Amino acid sequence: MRRNQVAVVGAAETTELGIIPNTSQIQLHADAALNAIADAGLKLSDIDGFATAVETPQQIAHYLGITPTWVDGTSVGGCSFMLHVRHAAAAIEAGLCKTVLITHAESGKSNIGRTPRMVGPDSLNGQFELPYGVTTPASMFPIPVLRYMKTHGITHEQIAMVAVVQREWAAKNPRATFKTPITVEDVLNSRMIAYPFRILQCCLVTDGGGALILTSADRARDFPNKPVYILGTGESVETPMVSQMQTFDSSRAFKVAGPLAFKEAGITHKDVDHLMIYDAFAHLPLYGLGDLGFMPHEETGKFIAGGHTRPGGKLPLNTNGGGLSYMHSGMYGMYALQESVRQMRGIAPAQVPGAKISVCHGVGGMFAASGTIIFTNEK
Amino acid sequence: MAEPARAKPKPTPETQHFWDGTQANELRLQRCDACANVYFPPRPFCPSCASRKVSVFKASGKGKLYSYVIHHRPAPGFTPPYAIAVVELDEGPRLMTNIVECPQTPEALELDMKLEVAFEKLDDKITLPLFRPAKG
Repeated sequence: MRRNQVAVVGAAETTELGIIPNTSQIQLHADAALNAIADAGLKLSDIDGFATAVETPQQIAHYLGITPTWVDGTSVGGCSFMLHVRHAAAAIEAGLCKTVLITHAESGKSNIGRTPRMVGPDSLNGQFELPYGVTTPASMFPIPVLRYMKTHGITHEQIAMVAVVQREWAAKNPRATFKTPITVEDVLNSRMIAYPFRILQCCLVTDGGGALILTSADRARDFPNKPVYILGTGESVETPMVSQMQTFDSSRAFKVAGPLAFKEAGITHKDVDHLMIYDAFAHLPLYGLGDLGFMPHEETGKFIAGGHTRPGGKLPLNTNGGGLSYMHSGMYGMYALQESVRQMRGIAPAQVPGAKISVCHGVGGMFAASGTIIFTNEK
Repeated sequence: MAEPARAKPKPTPETQHFWDGTQANELRLQRCDACANVYFPPRPFCPSCASRKVSVFKASGKGKLYSYVIHHRPAPGFTPPYAIAVVELDEGPRLMTNIVECPQTPEALELDMKLEVAFEKLDDKITLPLFRPAKG
């Protein structure tokens, strides 16, 4: 895909984030969409492309009253929205549509009007994982981490620092769910969920949503906000069964999606001013730093424990507080994208001064899928 | 009312041989006749070379502990804390399992420890392949 041909011209989260007991999931989609449309200075009738995940595109498009000529219902977990951005950019470039709306919403905590997620007993997951006592993502996602630690020499304290540093970022963000500072000791003494992970290394469970609007770069300058250009994109999938990953000391989906995006963007790691790595659990930023090629996996733990990703550090990472402290409604990729857009617009609560390039990397399922979007505010 | 039981697999035509195997106390894997790739989960073609000529064979039932979590939250049919493990079989493939005849602690569950299959009969149709520390 060609660089900087498509831009984000509208971006917004739901009016409220956190616990929203008075709103159904479908209405959270609409709230985010209406906020993004207002942000872009558009009308609903201007939207001719639509993408969403979990809910079908027809469900949300009809609820909103839009008639798209291009739809994408890619639903590969929490990074679906990164894939939507990639697909939308290609569709706009190909002339299939002009103005794309992407929505996410989840009543993850309050469970109002939420689409049930079922695993059948005759599916491969149902036959070869479910019988061994896997339940929530917390029982599955950390399964590879002990092998990662052994292979790469990563310590419990280093992984605990992921949560500590992200809380430092969250403290700067009025919309973050948790803002109180924590220490490595707090993390390592918090309630055990699935050894080696404790509650402070697991994401939040909240309600909320977000929406993005994309259009061609030539039109983007006419919108009220500073355009945020799509510089590079990548995507891949691996396996819906965490036990069947090719290896536990890295993610194949990450290793395909991340480098694809860097290659397309034509940048090196030194060019990156701001980084988001979807952190459903505390090990994901380590996998991301290694698999995206920022450093060898052996150095990821030391890098974070050394404070290089904290406020003022050389590689600001998960600057909204992340899924560990900001919010996590179930499919966090949309919130990572929102933070990258805020950083590129220069309006983030914890703004990285002068940031010009933002890398936003998402995971879907338990390392099942991956999407990477590289943004820039310079054309 | 009975305690809720653990989730029970329901075989499909492509996986039936695996579940017939565990019922006969055999761990059955598949090997590609064309490229000799051994793979799991079951399917009637080789995911490496796409050949449909594949054979079912009895695996050794031996392997090592690749990784695990010790889950502390409730789950139907389990008493927490319990380990959810991935075993790497001597033949190459990995599968999810539980470790039995072993304390469910980080001290007892050492990565790369040798394991052997221990079949657990759930009912007349389904026997699960669990693993225990290898003897001798």
